Amino acid sequence: MTQSPEYNFAYLDEQTKRMIRRAILKGLAIPGYQVPFASREMPMPYGWGTGGVQVSAAVLTPDDRFKVIDQGADDTTNAVSIRSFFERTAGVATTTKTQDATVIQTRHRIPEAPLGEGQILVYQVPIPEPLRFLEPRESETRKMHSLEEYGLMHVKLYEDISRHGHIATSYAYPVKVEGRYVMDPSPIPKFDNPKLGDCPAIQLFGAGREQRIYALPPYTQVVSLDFEDHPFEASKADHPCGLCGAEDSYLDEVITDDQGGRMFVCSDTDYCEARQAAGHRGKDAA
Amino acid sequence: MTPLLSVQGITKRYGAHIGCADVSFDLYPGEVMGIVGESGSGKSTLLNCMAGHLRPDAGAVVFDTRAEGPRDTVTMSEPERRMLGRTDWAFVHQHARDGLRMGVSAGGNVGERLMAVGARHYGDIRGKAVDWLERVEIDAARVDDRPTTFSGGMQQRLQIARNLVTGPRLVFMDEPTGGLDVSVQARLLDLLRGLVRDMGLSAIIVTHDLAVVRLLADRLMVMKNGRVVEQGLTDQVLDDPQHGYTQLLVSSVLQV
Ligand SMILES: Nc1ncnc2c1ncn2[C@@H]1O[C@H](COP(=O)(O)OP(=O)(O)OP(=O)(O)O)[C@@H](O)[C@H]1O
Ligand SMILES: [Mg+2]
Ligand SMILES: [Zn+2]
Repeated sequence: MTQSPEYNFAYLDEQTKRMIRRAILKGLAIPGYQVPFASREMPMPYGWGTGGVQVSAAVLTPDDRFKVIDQGADDTTNAVSIRSFFERTAGVATTTKTQDATVIQTRHRIPEAPLGEGQILVYQVPIPEPLRFLEPRESETRKMHSLEEYGLMHVKLYEDISRHGHIATSYAYPVKVEGRYVMDPSPIPKFDNPKLGDCPAIQLFGAGREQRIYALPPYTQVVSLDFEDHPFEASKADHPCGLCGAEDSYLDEVITDDQGGRMFVCSDTDYCEARQAAGHRGKDAA
Repeated sequence: MTPLLSVQGITKRYGAHIGCADVSFDLYPGEVMGIVGESGSGKSTLLNCMAGHLRPDAGAVVFDTRAEGPRDTVTMSEPERRMLGRTDWAFVHQHARDGLRMGVSAGGNVGERLMAVGARHYGDIRGKAVDWLERVEIDAARVDDRPTTFSGGMQQRLQIARNLVTGPRLVFMDEPTGGLDVSVQARLLDLLRGLVRDMGLSAIIVTHDLAVVRLLADRLMVMKNGRVVEQGLTDQVLDDPQHGYTQLLVSSVLQV
């Protein structure tokens, strides 16, 4: 596909891309630290991941192969429209195969297939500040980060346990990066948290409305916060995938008919399809 | 003996206006200092300068730290000062909502300071929170309730528990009984007196209520227009006031 001529490559002008790249480099130099950047208007609403889109625009090159997933799927409206946006404005090749992609923009998941060196995972982030819900004052949260005052993060987990008997936070589960910054990994399921750490790929996080970029360089230490007597658990539904039989993947529960029939299937559609193509079958496979 | 806190020439201006001027005194371990004076006399300004919430324009606030002995907290680094603020120091606000997290359970409120200094065992934190609720006479069954469901007196006692759980050595209090009913005030005062005695706390209490200082304070400072006009042993100052302003203050209270 060729790029349409009325846009600069990947929509943003070169000066804006340079500004975003500087923020990304700073983020990579200080893993987990939220770098402010001047977010631009994008031709899509904020809920559609404008932060991720701007980061992708700043890192894409004509040689890249681009993949977009939304809750693990390549075929949702959101994923399709972001993918076609970059096909149109950057003329880059696209793919649904995790292994083939060089840049993957994601909302709410980390792919099941292990990522490798040379790949970039771009997260769409709605709220970058993990301390926000208990301390709304931006001036105060910034100070807490700079002085490493993170007791409040455990207050949130304490509240979880006192209310539910266990740490009920299952998405956007807070992590500590390289023993320094506490970071919100975006609303990925906590099942994905262990994949954040020691990852060979570059991980970039973009929050458009909140104008923040943060990053995890390859092989960064990432630890999920917990209590000694309530250790972190990367839980998932206790089933194999109904379609491909995978026992190690994150599952969505889907309704199959109006008699209340349901099944559990991989949320990562590429992973599931690849396994089925290789001959794996689950109990609900046709 | 080394003073626990040595306040030396503290001055704070708001533009051309004086908040407090040239205040000096020493506080020894286990002592309770009362600060009284009419509205606008500079009590809160002075307290906030001492507690590190306001930066004075002049003067030193020297605290006898555990690790390094006497240090001027005005010139120490902000991280050090904030660390003191959640370990050796405590601050009880007049309005409990300023000193509590209203969206967090009572247990979480008490546990916050423990977690802030590294406690990571849920069972231990909760056990200490329950213990402290009982010490301030709040039913342990309320541990998971939010302070919004508490009465004003209970909120104030929760604020005290939240502050004392880490065993501070110095407590700053700004009108801790203000805005409460008289009977609720009396109970709170009793409780504070017991805690101060049992824990051997040093405290600085700002109030316009002479009954509060009579009951709690060993020594008393009287402020007017930002300056200290008289200070001494509480009973001495109240029973035999030397300064005309103090005489007025004491007599006006006696008429109530
Ligand atoms: N933020 C501020 N800006 C300007 N002036 C202030 C400020 N805070 C206090 N002041 C002034 O400084 C003086 C001392 O005020 P302060 O609040 O310390 O008095 P106070 O003794 O605590 O009074 P109250 O009993 O009413 O609480 C007053 O004249 C007050 O108007
Ligand atoms: Mg005041
Ligand atoms: Zn599957």
